Amino acid sequence: MSKGFTVAVASGKGGTGKTTIAVNLAHIAAGLGRKVQYLDCDVEEPNGHIFLKPQITGRRAVTVDVPQVDTDKCTGCGECGRICQYSAIVHITGNNVLTFEHLCHSCGGCIRICPVDAIKPRLLAIGEIELGTAGNVGFVHGRLRIGNVRTPSLIKKVKSHIRKGCLAIVDVPPGTSCPVVEAVKGADFVLLVTEPTPFGLNDLKLAVALVRQMGLPFAVAINRYGLGNDEVEKYCKSENIEIILKLPDDRRIAEAYSTGQMVVDALCEYKEQFLGLAHAMAGR
Amino acid sequence: MKEIVVISGKGGTGKTSMVGAFAALAADAVLADCDVDAADLHLIVNPEVKETHDFVGGKRARIIADKCAGCGKCREVCNFDAVSLDGPANGVVEKTYTIDPIACEGCGVCVRFCPVDAIEFKDTVNGQWFISDTRFGPMVHAKLGIAEENSGKLVSLIRKEAKRIANERNSNFLIVDGSPGIGCPVIASISGADLVLAVTEPTMSAHHDLDRVVELTAHFAVPTAICINKFDINPEMAAEIEKTAGQKGLRVLGKIPYDVAVTKAQILAKSIIEYSSNGLKRQIESLWQSTMDMLNTKEST
Repeated sequence: MSKGFTVAVASGKGGTGKTTIAVNLAHIAAGLGRKVQYLDCDVEEPNGHIFLKPQITGRRAVTVDVPQVDTDKCTGCGECGRICQYSAIVHITGNNVLTFEHLCHSCGGCIRICPVDAIKPRLLAIGEIELGTAGNVGFVHGRLRIGNVRTPSLIKKVKSHIRKGCLAIVDVPPGTSCPVVEAVKGADFVLLVTEPTPFGLNDLKLAVALVRQMGLPFAVAINRYGLGNDEVEKYCKSENIEIILKLPDDRRIAEAYSTGQMVVDALCEYKEQFLGLAHAMAGR
Repeated sequence: MKEIVVISGKGGTGKTSMVGAFAALAADAVLADCDVDAADLHLIVNPEVKETHDFVGGKRARIIADKCAGCGKCREVCNFDAVSLDGPANGVVEKTYTIDPIACEGCGVCVRFCPVDAIEFKDTVNGQWFISDTRFGPMVHAKLGIAEENSGKLVSLIRKEAKRIANERNSNFLIVDGSPGIGCPVIASISGADLVLAVTEPTMSAHHDLDRVVELTAHFAVPTAICINKFDINPEMAAEIEKTAGQKGLRVLGKIPYDVAVTKAQILAKSIIEYSSNGLKRQIESLWQSTMDMLNTKEST
């Protein structure tokens, strides 16, 4: 199969096992001879590298445009402050214009509207992308700079490295707001990872609402199966949602995870399950 | 009044269970759930909603098909790839432009540049926020709409309201449940807090994420302490986390053992304090005591 396929591994709740499932799936699928990429879009807290231990071969700074005002040219008309919806550029008096780069969304409005071309884009570094390989898996991750808020812009950049013809596995940040939307956008399939607890169920419902609103096909993976109760399964049944994987609540998995080991390497009995998942992804 | 914000960097380390336990231990705290896009605290404290408010986070552009001249200026000026030519015919043009409401960031640039004023720009309701009563005291919480933006703004609003209530009631504590990560909602939830308690667990991932979180709190100069949850899953790693914390001058206020009682309490919609009577309860009581001591010491210095 040479056609590309992008699987986003997401979950409303954090810590349900997204990264565990994403890295093990990548590793197993690559073993089947597929071209596989793993892209860590949890750019605030990327963890995939801990397990895949990639050799990093490239590093790029990621920047966004923020306004820089040339006070010599500025006539003090105030158009820039009026068009900005984010209070990122504020006209005080005369040619005194303040910019607040951390509030800027890089919409380019102030630059376009300035009648005397006094505003030019300036590059603001928001983080970096590292590229490499982990065995047969192509590896990409983003790392947001501390104190920066442009998570979606960096995620978009990470995803721009998806190669044609690959099984691209996207590790999505937790939640249901803009960074998640950016990370799952364009995916061919979404794997929603949850755990069988009230918190897991509550956040799964939010994640399901999100992927349904975006019109994306999806299935559920239950991690720590056996812990908690069976409400997640009942919910999936009533909503007609496929449960594609159940990873048991096994202390050995937690221990392997804690030291950065791949589950399929540390506990070979779980290889079958990930093989099944990899085949299921290939068949979609 | 002292404000404590519980965050973690990595998700699933036990923030919300800890906040629920603190709520049960603090006699007169106000609670705020600032994990607005995957809020869970309500599942423990069972809030009775007293007030519901719409959250207007920003505006959103919408093209009125009848007015669209099909010139494409909107698409040209949009930096968010939100505009496409797939709207209905309108007697002037075969196809009109439309704006994807999920991709639109509400910058209004298209509105300003449309030559025929065909784009409306209205306030958008991004979610709702609530003031509630719980068996532990008042709580301010929210529900951000699915796929919505402005979570940072909503977090700031919730904290502001919770602070107002805490001051009015002369409460001793405001306990805030934060969100995972180090991005916009987290920054909005920690700024100006009296203490950030970072809950971590002894895994390489959580250690890595904790490092980034404490870098963030240092960046914003917010006093920070650490709690290692489930420390017995990997005691060596827990010791390492403690060592790194010490090197950074950060105190580990508690080490909590792994206990299935945490999940069992959650299933019964109870705080760990209400559910457990064993060592776990005592460990958390001691963590809460250390947290209060740290806040009080800070006051005297």
